[in-house]
Amino acid sequence: MSSVVTAPDTTGHVHDAHHDHAHQESFITKYIFSQDHKMISKQFLITGIIWAMIGGLFSVLFRIQLGFPNETFPFLEDILGHWAKGGKISPEFYYALVTMHGTILVFFVLTAGLSGTFSNFLIPLQVGARDMASPMLNMLSYWFFFAASVVMISSLFLQTGPAAGGWTVYPPLSALGDASPGSRMGMDLWLGGMALFIVSSLLGGLNYITTILNMRTKGMSMTRLPLTVWAMLFTAVLGVLTFPVLFSGVLLLLFDRNLGTSFYLSDIVIAGKILPNEGGSAILFQHLFWFLGHPEVYIIILPVMGVVSEILSIYSRKPIFGYLAMVGSLFAICILACLVWAHHMFVTGLNPFVGSIFVLLTLLIAVPSAIKTFNWLTTIWRGNIRFTPASLFAIGFVSMFISGGLTGIFLGNSAIDIHLHDTYFGIAHFHLVMGVAAFFGMFAGVYHWFPKMYGRYMNNTLGYIHFWFTLVGAYCIFWPMHYEGFAGMPRRYYDYQNWESFKMFGGLNEFISIVAIITYAAQLLFVINFFYSIWKGRRVKDTNPWKANTLEWTTPIKPGHGNWVGEIPEVHRWPYDYSKDGHDFIPQTTPIGKDESSH
Amino acid sequence: MLAGAMEQKNKIHPHKFTLWVGIGSILMMFAGLTSAYIIKRNQVNWETFELPVAFWWSTGAILASSITLFLALRSFKERQVHRYRMLLISTLVLGLLFIVLQIVGFANIWAQGITFTGSVSYSFLYTIVGLHALHVLGGIIALIVMLFKAYSAKVRNYSVVPVELINTYWHFVDILWIYLLAFLIFIR
Repeated sequence: MSSVVTAPDTTGHVHDAHHDHAHQESFITKYIFSQDHKMISKQFLITGIIWAMIGGLFSVLFRIQLGFPNETFPFLEDILGHWAKGGKISPEFYYALVTMHGTILVFFVLTAGLSGTFSNFLIPLQVGARDMASPMLNMLSYWFFFAASVVMISSLFLQTGPAAGGWTVYPPLSALGDASPGSRMGMDLWLGGMALFIVSSLLGGLNYITTILNMRTKGMSMTRLPLTVWAMLFTAVLGVLTFPVLFSGVLLLLFDRNLGTSFYLSDIVIAGKILPNEGGSAILFQHLFWFLGHPEVYIIILPVMGVVSEILSIYSRKPIFGYLAMVGSLFAICILACLVWAHHMFVTGLNPFVGSIFVLLTLLIAVPSAIKTFNWLTTIWRGNIRFTPASLFAIGFVSMFISGGLTGIFLGNSAIDIHLHDTYFGIAHFHLVMGVAAFFGMFAGVYHWFPKMYGRYMNNTLGYIHFWFTLVGAYCIFWPMHYEGFAGMPRRYYDYQNWESFKMFGGLNEFISIVAIITYAAQLLFVINFFYSIWKGRRVKDTNPWKANTLEWTTPIKPGHGNWVGEIPEVHRWPYDYSKDGHDFIPQTTPIGKDESSH
Repeated sequence: MLAGAMEQKNKIHPHKFTLWVGIGSILMMFAGLTSAYIIKRNQVNWETFELPVAFWWSTGAILASSITLFLALRSFKERQVHRYRMLLISTLVLGLLFIVLQIVGFANIWAQGITFTGSVSYSFLYTIVGLHALHVLGGIIALIVMLFKAYSAKVRNYSVVPVELINTYWHFVDILWIYLLAFLIFIR
């Protein structure tokens, strides 16, 4: 670094002690019922990690069934009891596993675990606020999430098992307790848990939006916001506008189940008995569900896009390419997200004309997505890239997003979707573009901000091993599924050996299952690394270890409640002045020099 | 921790802003229900219904309550404590009257055979009107809290923000009711 541009001195000096002596905190107010956004973020993260371990384990269990349908594993009976009699997972439990895997990963890990962690942690720190607009609501947001988790977990211990109608809980299967074991109490707990979850999301979202728009520090204009914050703003807006619609749908489903209404039910015969319900429409639920369900995948991917934009810029020591285009494309994705839900319903008998409109709107999403991908690549192009676990996972995200995104163009087209709908092609698509990609972004974020969260570093070597196993594993698991989908192999089936046409995939399914087990085991490295590093990791000695420009690195190494000692720093520039005018980086708090070039 | 907000004047109070976003969220829930209603209406087996007269009376009650609450805000700003308390009580009574009249309306149509499970259209009617009443009940709870504060000798906080917050929310549920009433009258 030719001239010194150090961390700003608005904080006075590096000050590692807990400075907030004004309010002494007990163990309970500091670690449990905390109102500090940083602690709430850690609560979300650790709960999310626990959920991810459970949800991932479920996928291992059902992959054992899919990969080895003709074999028995006595240890499964020891663990699962009557769900795996004779060492073979029962069909009912298989459906419960698939359903809960989807529910847990989509909502509890990649929505609450992801937004809850990074929005809570980064918004106040990066906009320059001492806490969220309402720390109380923020705390409630976590505890509603916790309550939702308790309800959802308790459903695993029911005699009839948890919900088993797929994570989309379509009626009539979900609306009639007699339809299957998984439609009984497990379904009620699923709906109750989701209602609590929605309340948690809304409380969080309200806070995120208000804090970003209303509590920025002096000089922090909207165009000086880091892209992480922009992404979290759009995520929160999407959540606040679409989760209530799911709430309506869930409420009507609860009424159908328990109060005898017929919103989604009509002309149903169960075991020769004609049900009295008349006049309802199962498709109505699909409309209400997917009006949230589709924006939901953007609620998952947008925060990660922000995280990756930030990390790629920092680790390639280059300004982000096309800042405004990045914001504009986030906005475009946000709008389009709400206008494409019926592309999940091409095979419901949807009017083909309406379908063609949804095809057009769906394919339009490729435009902002391509802009973002182009900008990420041009950001790292000829950059001075530092390959840390964080930057590798961020680059891995871009790779997954491209691989999974391209197949979205196939599926968004109704003519092709009619063939590929509900096959393994769809599974491969959304796991790569939304599931694995979001996980990559989340890992990148955790490796990058861990020093700010805990004042220690995570272990790099374990990080590299974790990255390579996960990257290769994810592609080995999901790439072959495209071919299975092309051949028409449907999703959610218990045993494919019963069909002559799918017998040829026996070996492939076995391969996928073995890789899935190895990849899951590799995630344990991350978990061990995470928890070990909280207490034993190498200590952070520099307030700004990654030499980044954003405001969170101007706080003490372990900031107390209130974040900054003394005044909140003032912001003078955008956050992406890297490799500028001979400086490696120029923090946002550095005033613009007289003869400084514009970015 | 509102220190951050205090450092920046000229901006809308964060709690007010949060309320507005929350209102947007509540609106989306009703938008979900009313659009489901419209989709369902265009399908077979849709039964029409007449709204009970009690709903007109309840409309009068909630409109009047909005006026009393607005006047309460004005009295608060003018430091006329006695008038403020009286107007707050009037609003509370009118709000409760609204709830009672909704229940009376439900009882009337139930007696005419329009029951909750009778037809999908009836289920929608009860769900939409019932959910709105729950939101009014939320406002009533807030009013009771305000009333306790207004009579408590310990409270020496003259911030106008809570009074403005309850005003915004109360007018919102009022306008929401007018919208829902018009919706249920014209789209049957």
